[in-house]
Amino acid sequence: MTALPRWLDTGVLPVVNLALALLAAAVVVALVGEHPLDVFAVLLQGAFAPGSIGYTLYYATNFIFTGLAAALAFQARLFNIGAEGQAMLGGLGVALACLSLEPVLPGALVTVVAIVGAALFGAAWAVVPGWLQAYRGSHIVITTIMFNFLASGLMVWLLSGPMMRPGQGSPQTRLFDEAVRLPAVHDLLRGLGFEAARSPLNLSFPFALLACAAVWVLIWRTKFGYALRAIGHSEEAARYAGIPVRRAVVVAMALSGALAGCMALNEVLGVQHKLVLNFSAGYGFTGIAVALMGRNHPLGILAAGLLFGALFQGGAELNFEFETITHELALVIQGLVILFSGALAYMFTPWLARLLLVRSTGRG
Amino acid sequence: MDRNGGPGGAGGPAVRLRGVAKRFGAVLANEDVDLDILPGTVHGIVGENGAGKSTLASIIYGLYTADRGSIEIDGRPAVLRSPADAIAHGVGMVHQHFMLVPTFTVLENVMLGMEGGFRLRSGEADIRARLEGLSRAHGLEVDPDALVDDLPVGLRQRVEILKALFRGARILILDEPTGVLTPDETDRLFTVLRAVRGAGGVVVLITHKLREVMAVCDTVSVMRRGRLVGQRGAADTTTGELAELMVGRKVGQAARPSGGAAGTPVLGASGLGWKNAAGAVRLQGVDLELRAGEILGLAGVSGNGQSELLDILSAMSPVQEGHVEFAGRRINAAHPATPAEMRALGLAHVPEDRQQRGLVLPFEARENAVLGRPESAGPGPWTSGAAMQAHTEPLIARFDIRPPDPRLPAAGFSGGNQQKIVLAREFDGAPRVLLLGQPTRGVDIGTIETIHAQVQALKERGSAILLVSTELDEILALADRIMVMNGGRIAGVVPAKGATPRQLGLMMTGAAEGGAV
Repeated sequence: MTALPRWLDTGVLPVVNLALALLAAAVVVALVGEHPLDVFAVLLQGAFAPGSIGYTLYYATNFIFTGLAAALAFQARLFNIGAEGQAMLGGLGVALACLSLEPVLPGALVTVVAIVGAALFGAAWAVVPGWLQAYRGSHIVITTIMFNFLASGLMVWLLSGPMMRPGQGSPQTRLFDEAVRLPAVHDLLRGLGFEAARSPLNLSFPFALLACAAVWVLIWRTKFGYALRAIGHSEEAARYAGIPVRRAVVVAMALSGALAGCMALNEVLGVQHKLVLNFSAGYGFTGIAVALMGRNHPLGILAAGLLFGALFQGGAELNFEFETITHELALVIQGLVILFSGALAYMFTPWLARLLLVRSTGRG
Repeated sequence: MDRNGGPGGAGGPAVRLRGVAKRFGAVLANEDVDLDILPGTVHGIVGENGAGKSTLASIIYGLYTADRGSIEIDGRPAVLRSPADAIAHGVGMVHQHFMLVPTFTVLENVMLGMEGGFRLRSGEADIRARLEGLSRAHGLEVDPDALVDDLPVGLRQRVEILKALFRGARILILDEPTGVLTPDETDRLFTVLRAVRGAGGVVVLITHKLREVMAVCDTVSVMRRGRLVGQRGAADTTTGELAELMVGRKVGQAARPSGGAAGTPVLGASGLGWKNAAGAVRLQGVDLELRAGEILGLAGVSGNGQSELLDILSAMSPVQEGHVEFAGRRINAAHPATPAEMRALGLAHVPEDRQQRGLVLPFEARENAVLGRPESAGPGPWTSGAAMQAHTEPLIARFDIRPPDPRLPAAGFSGGNQQKIVLAREFDGAPRVLLLGQPTRGVDIGTIETIHAQVQALKERGSAILLVSTELDEILALADRIMVMNGGRIAGVVPAKGATPRQLGLMMTGAAEGGAV
């Protein structure tokens, strides 16, 4: 693969990919008979209007956590495809903490335990594939995918059985206590004397920002981060340097799983206040595209997370505004962005390199 | 096979290049190269790494297309867009890394791509007959039904040459052909090359070993920084003059080591054995002893167990059989050690493969300078740019690493300067034992001098050094004692004083045993 200078790789390439995705989306929109510019105007309006921005940030929170999870593992060249399952287990950790401790502990303390529970359960679900990769050579892509299915099955069993709300037929737990939750941002703002539109945005968003900062420090300012990056670039060199590669792989997966598990804070502890089936809704997978687009850098992931949040919120809005654009079509538009910035992230690297670099060196 | 009467006519050059230039990004690999290669000669092209000789050969073989300039073969303008075009013009190439299918026989490899017809049998007898004729004519005896995998390196190279001749090559390019050969195999290769010349063919020999050029070439062209800086008749020049042309300045002869009295043993190994994952024995019954203030040279053809031995001594691989004794620790299968522990005990290791192992190429120089030395990277669990910088700057000064930029990624340095980063890091703090793998592979002549001087200085400060090199000249120049490996065993240990390449070469092939010293 052609190596691009940093500013091209992290600045120009994602913008090019996004532009192409929107172009492809414009073609799709034109095919169903709408004017693309009208549709994009609604999309932007839907994502950033004062009443909607809270929703955009709420979605972005999910993407930031799962994006960070994928990026942290990828620093050690580990493809953690299991953020989806790790997020489910994170939700289970929250629910178990809340349901079992509510009667005996004050609400604030239960909330803290629930946060720790989300991280620990997510980490535990990622450690097993990490250990299998490090010590037994089972490929992490395969095992993390399988663990998604295991998590899914586990959740179905728990939520339609032992943990199901008594006396009801839907796969979810009872509501948590009023005192046990992450407060919504509009409530917090009102407490400070500001009026803000109601939205699901809650304290998880500032947590996600903190997580970005923490991941940055970990990767670029600690010896453990140095070790992870060394493993990611050359495992041979890492072994030569005396880095305990296997242990580092397991720890990296644990941290990655913990970040994925924290996605449940937003959904379970911040919004739903109960554990429902499939709350992870594919965010774990989309997080891989977020990490790719953000070039595995916390700042990039923050930007990509916001973009995906805007697409989700604005896409939902399209559904209301245009008769021809159904929910499924909105998904197609989101899918195109994921396709171009995720799966095809490096497709245009050689062209971009030729176009911009040849010109700047003044072909001889 | 009479091919002399080509349209170029007698006396005209077989290959004529005019104004050939090739650029890779910002690097000018070849510039304004004018070159005539006469028929019936062995023509050497020498130059340091990166001087552009391989690029030039690749242009003649059609692997690269020149940006500018013209090529004539046998007096006719030739447009070479692919090796197929070159083969059609009678150009053949033997690459540094062989392009053979190891699970095929010699015959199958030779006929690969020219099977002729759907049924394999139909062409085979014909090809076999022609192959045998070629073998006899050029003194290239090799069993056509032998599996390539079973052949020693020297014979595999013969198969490559046969492949090229079989495809009608009259102009044979060999890229660094002697890197993997013993001195004896090298002599036999030269006999073959002379036979090709005798049959009216042309041999283009690309190498950086001046002695070999003098031994076999008629004409020598010297390249430096992409340009042709001189052409000499081999009879009218000396290795000294050629080296000067290559480097662009006078090159001093390395002084023989004083061979001062060696100190106490610091690292010992006894009965080391090693089997790889496939169960093949790579080391057997290896004993060695390293003494303070001494350089032990480990000679041998590449792939005879040297790499495995370095891996075991540095704890990159576990001990399977036998034991290693170092700094009061006894390491064996039951009591393994880690690379970090060996380092803490005072072992430094310059790995043979610096790009995969010795460096993390995307890391900055200062990050590479603390690879394996976390204590220099910053306080406690943190890394600190300032700490790494402070650690790196003296290393850059001491080894004259260029450019002197601690923040440049290792991939941005030349091969020689990359190696200097590794050496500077490993030499730092006078290690008790230094494992030194191929310290000057791919390094310029000018830099080799610096590196050899630093190795001598480290020895004088009392380090015990195990020097593994496939360059006999290097071992003869540096070592106090020479240990020769062959087939995973120690073929013998001899004092460097009085050792000759011939004697060592025979030990390398297992033909002679050396006395234990």
